[in-house]
Amino acid sequence: MKGNEALAEAAIRAGADAYFGYPITPQSEVIEYLMRENPADRTGMQVLQAESEIAAINMVYGAAGCGKRAMTSSSSPGISLKMEGLSYIAGAELPCVVVNVVRAGPGLGTIQPSQSDYFQAVKGGGHGDYKLIVLAPATVQESVDYVKLAFDLAFKYRNPVMILSDGIIGQMMEKVELFEQMPRSNKEYEWATLGKKPGKNSVIVTSLQLQSEEQEKVNLRLQAKYREVEKNEVRFETYGCEDAEYLFAAFGSCARITRKALDMARAKGIKVGIIRPQTLYPFPVDEISRLAGQVKGILTVEMNAGQMVEDVKLAVNGKTPVEFYGRFGGMIPTPDEILEALEQKIIGG
Amino acid sequence: MAESNIISPENLVYEKTSVMTDRVMHYCPGCGHGTAHRMLAEAIDELGIQGDIIGVAPVGCSVLAYYYFDVDMQEAAHGRAPAVATGIKRVLPDKYVFTYQGDGDLAAIGTAETIHACNRGENILIVFINNGIYGMTGGQMAPTTLPGMKSSTSPRGRDVSTMGNPLKITELVAELTGTYFVTRQSVHAPANARKAKRAMKKALEYQKLNKGTCFVEIVSNCPSGWKMTPAQSNKWMEENMFPFYPLGDIKVPEQ
Ligand SMILES: Cc1ncc(C[n+]2csc(CCOP(=O)(O)OP(=O)(O)O)c2C)c(N)n1
Ligand code: SF4
Ligand SMILES: [Mg+2]
Repeated sequence: MKGNEALAEAAIRAGADAYFGYPITPQSEVIEYLMRENPADRTGMQVLQAESEIAAINMVYGAAGCGKRAMTSSSSPGISLKMEGLSYIAGAELPCVVVNVVRAGPGLGTIQPSQSDYFQAVKGGGHGDYKLIVLAPATVQESVDYVKLAFDLAFKYRNPVMILSDGIIGQMMEKVELFEQMPRSNKEYEWATLGKKPGKNSVIVTSLQLQSEEQEKVNLRLQAKYREVEKNEVRFETYGCEDAEYLFAAFGSCARITRKALDMARAKGIKVGIIRPQTLYPFPVDEISRLAGQVKGILTVEMNAGQMVEDVKLAVNGKTPVEFYGRFGGMIPTPDEILEALEQKIIGG
Repeated sequence: MAESNIISPENLVYEKTSVMTDRVMHYCPGCGHGTAHRMLAEAIDELGIQGDIIGVAPVGCSVLAYYYFDVDMQEAAHGRAPAVATGIKRVLPDKYVFTYQGDGDLAAIGTAETIHACNRGENILIVFINNGIYGMTGGQMAPTTLPGMKSSTSPRGRDVSTMGNPLKITELVAELTGTYFVTRQSVHAPANARKAKRAMKKALEYQKLNKGTCFVEIVSNCPSGWKMTPAQSNKWMEENMFPFYPLGDIKVPEQ
């Protein structure tokens, strides 16, 4: 199945209650698939094309505030418009899933794939001290599985979860195994606005605290939650690290290309391994730090001008040299280029 | 003069609805927001739907409306209330949903959300408090500020040649097929307040029919932003706002 369509089907199967979206290349297939599939008939899931990404994310806010499993998807320029809403959703501590099928920027950029929204996804993007949980699929299979995981994490922590995909994974055709249809939940959460219950206080969904003392308490609560997320939810994949003298760090589709470079390097007798963070927040700090004590250098490979490399450097904390190789603007690095960069910047350097 | 306690059940002429909380309102003296809240709360009470309604508060002076309405509520980002309400209504189609928004919220930053919710005919009630000014942020010009009217960002009066003309968004949404009932009311005098309540009650009753968006504008005052006493502000509203924003029904359901 095509990545975007598989992801849309996964949303239906994950028991989503609602999807709100606005067309943009390279992710329009998500809403097109949902409209075609008409999940209202299958599961009762609501699908609506909003007037903008701003409206879509605020519709998600409304539905999430009722304790429902709500989702939206877009690509980079549209995700920028969702940043206000995401900050409000994080502030009001609502669960939701947002998919970014990244294309190259800045501005209107190009519709070609990119990883240039790493900072926006991982470092905030919207205003205020908040975090998105960020999942980075490398295959169509992972985009499918992460939809379910994203809803689970969103509800576990009452926090927005972003699936940071890209134009390659969204447009690619791959074999996938779809999980069985899950029933839509009719759970009534005590924090959800469902109509005031007799004898109970009314439920208020808000991100507003006028008193600094109260706002600080909210911030402290959020920070405590993020520490829990960092403790429990780090996910990554390593390959060839046991005897590795060098290390690649890469995520998403770029990690697949880097794996090819790894195989080529190994064929030449270069002992290189790879770490692929599957969660970009929380970041696999401990594992990278551990590997940094083992290898002679790390090459971070990204389809951007160097974003995740900053987190790699923070994790490595000077233990070993960290270099960067990237292509951007919609260009995709080749395995040869990556191997050459490893040889020149790390091994020869 | 001897003081006597007149607070006793036999003297009660007007009971506070249980749809309002006992919190002291933060509104300025003489502000229409409080009366508008009360009329809407009474309409909800009379329909017996306190447990079946979800409200959406705006960003503006009524941002804390959820402290005063004793119903489940969500606080939306500035201008986004109609989108939030859409999200709620789509997943809870059997509940009543309303937004309560100021003119800056609804007719400037949230114009797209307003128009498109109305155009889709979302089965929600939009209550629109038009006081011709940005009350909360200290009296800046609103899209509804009258020509020549002074505000902190139109200190020499609104110059329509550079600042545009006031936006009659209520007439605009009445043009859309998606709206079912559109009316303009006020709450500055008891008779008007009662009429406004009847309009909001009717609008909520219509919500059951699933016939489209109901839109109730309330032309209101902002004594603080207008730099007037409450009495002056009401007089000024009657003399200046009502001629430009005439009260009455704009679109009523066909019988
Ligand atoms: C995105 C954003 N921009 C600006 C503001 C600042 N702001 C808060 S309330 C407001 C205007 C409110 O005016 P109105 O909607 O007319 O409500 P009123 O206070 O008059 O009832 C503005 C500009 C904000 N909170 N958020
Ligand atoms: S600033 Fe104006 S709108 Fe706000 S509470 Fe005061 S009088 Fe009312
Ligand atoms: Mg106003």
